[in-house]
Amino acid sequence: MNIPMEQGILLAALLFCIGLTGLLVRRDAIFMLMSVEIMLNAAGVAFVVAGSARGQADGQVMFIFILTMAASEVSVGLALIIQLYKKFKSLDMDRASTMKG
Amino acid sequence: MNILFYIAAFLAIITTVKVVIGKNAVHTLLYLIVSLLSISVIFFIIGAPFVAALEVITYAGAIMVLFVFVIMMLNVSKKERNKENELLKPNIWIGPSIISIILFMEMVYILTYQPAHTMTQHKVLLDAVGKLMFTKYILVVELAAFLLTAGIIGAYHLGQKEKMIHHRYLKNEKMKS
Repeated sequence: MNIPMEQGILLAALLFCIGLTGLLVRRDAIFMLMSVEIMLNAAGVAFVVAGSARGQADGQVMFIFILTMAASEVSVGLALIIQLYKKFKSLDMDRASTMKG
Repeated sequence: MNILFYIAAFLAIITTVKVVIGKNAVHTLLYLIVSLLSISVIFFIIGAPFVAALEVITYAGAIMVLFVFVIMMLNVSKKERNKENELLKPNIWIGPSIISIILFMEMVYILTYQPAHTMTQHKVLLDAVGKLMFTKYILVVELAAFLLTAGIIGAYHLGQKEKMIHHRYLKNEKMKS
């Protein structure tokens, strides 16, 4: 079990970049929220890997806080998506960019 | 043990790419769950069993179920899906991909020009996490509680239905606006 820390961080960076690409490319609101989830999860992976490299628990504590944040963010985001779908009858985020009503 | 890490990492990357390029929302969600499970395997391997369990229970169990419920509620039509397919043409996705590849290359550059650390052998157990959380990070725990309360209230307020208006005058007013 001697995995270099760099490879774990590299995995986190790769996941984060994939999530970022998804957020930039997709216009469907649900897919955008999923991409945000991927990015948050990648940040959590980086924290846990760095904490494990030092043998300390701080990284895992931070992961728990990231988890809390992701949960509350998703609940509010999904409620917003439902409202958006009621109003515009579509999940396209470009349609919601007018700030009108 | 090492080969397990690489297999899980490969699986996580493949399924995450499938999430980003997927078209059907439910299939995409299932790929995302597989990705989260393989990341939980990685956590288990690098010696964080508590976090691995949390990842399965909270992420793959609770947050993804929320997504499933919302997708079931929305009933997205076929037309919308076709519009989304047009977004996956190369001239749309090539710019964002270049941006994130540049970011990733910078990350690789930083990581490769450093002396290598190996991860320590012993795993961090649950009691260390709990002790640290309720001594050093107690303020952050309270802030997380505030955040969750705000999340509950926000979701309740945004998710509630429009109130029915029975009065004739108010109904007409609403029509006009």
